[in-house]
Amino acid sequence: MTETNAAEPIQKVSIIVSKGSLDGIYPGLIMANGARMEGIEASLFFTFFGLDAIIKKRMNNIKVATVGNPGMHMATILGAIPGMSAFATSMMKKEMEKLDIPPIPEFITMIHDAGCEIYACRATVDMFHLKKTDFCDEVDGVISVGEFYEKAAGAQIIFT
Amino acid sequence: MATMSIAGKSVELDADGHLANRNDWNENLAREIATQEGIPELTAQHWAVINFMRTVFDKEGDAPSIRRLTKESGVDTKTLYQLFPKGPAKRAAKIAGLPKPKGCI
Repeated sequence: MTETNAAEPIQKVSIIVSKGSLDGIYPGLIMANGARMEGIEASLFFTFFGLDAIIKKRMNNIKVATVGNPGMHMATILGAIPGMSAFATSMMKKEMEKLDIPPIPEFITMIHDAGCEIYACRATVDMFHLKKTDFCDEVDGVISVGEFYEKAAGAQIIFT
Repeated sequence: MATMSIAGKSVELDADGHLANRNDWNENLAREIATQEGIPELTAQHWAVINFMRTVFDKEGDAPSIRRLTKESGVDTKTLYQLFPKGPAKRAAKIAGLPKPKGCI
């Protein structure tokens, strides 16, 4: 057999979630979960509005952006109609349930149980005057950017 | 196509190294694959996962997602990752003699 120069498999990923919409949060969660499923070490770092995904009072109420989101293929004026975002969110959640993609709180628990560490960004926490008690139990800590880089040593960093 | 030799019998593997023919599978073969995957002993909980995956595959043509595994096989997420440390969905499917699962979740 001839030797091939196969690329080194990915060992570790650190995924940053910076957006607070449904479509801003899910990709990062799916990638973190998918990494663990493949036996890849993973951590999640939530910053700015991405923090909504791990704030107890907000995580159940994440919506799709129907305004300013060209991917929705919807006129801005339609997207702005009251209830439109809730409607689009409910449609999307139904489709996701069919694919066995869990609601955000369940997904966060599942990912954490899978061994992925979950962190909140110190700067955002200070800026929004948040406390550790505002976060769901799965959050392993509030850390600075420097600590994030330390923990991400040897990892591929993915920004979403 | 790659083959694997077990107890004097040679079985065909697919491109991912999983069994190419489900009919080749038996419990001894499962133990052998598990050992190769770094799982020296299959416990009752391992078997619960393996058998659940095989049942779902027979009915639906694809292995279940991790979410469904943990909800319906009676093994929770944490335990599942302890049982199959290098990635539960793929490893369990391989040991169960099934192709690599297609789903993302």
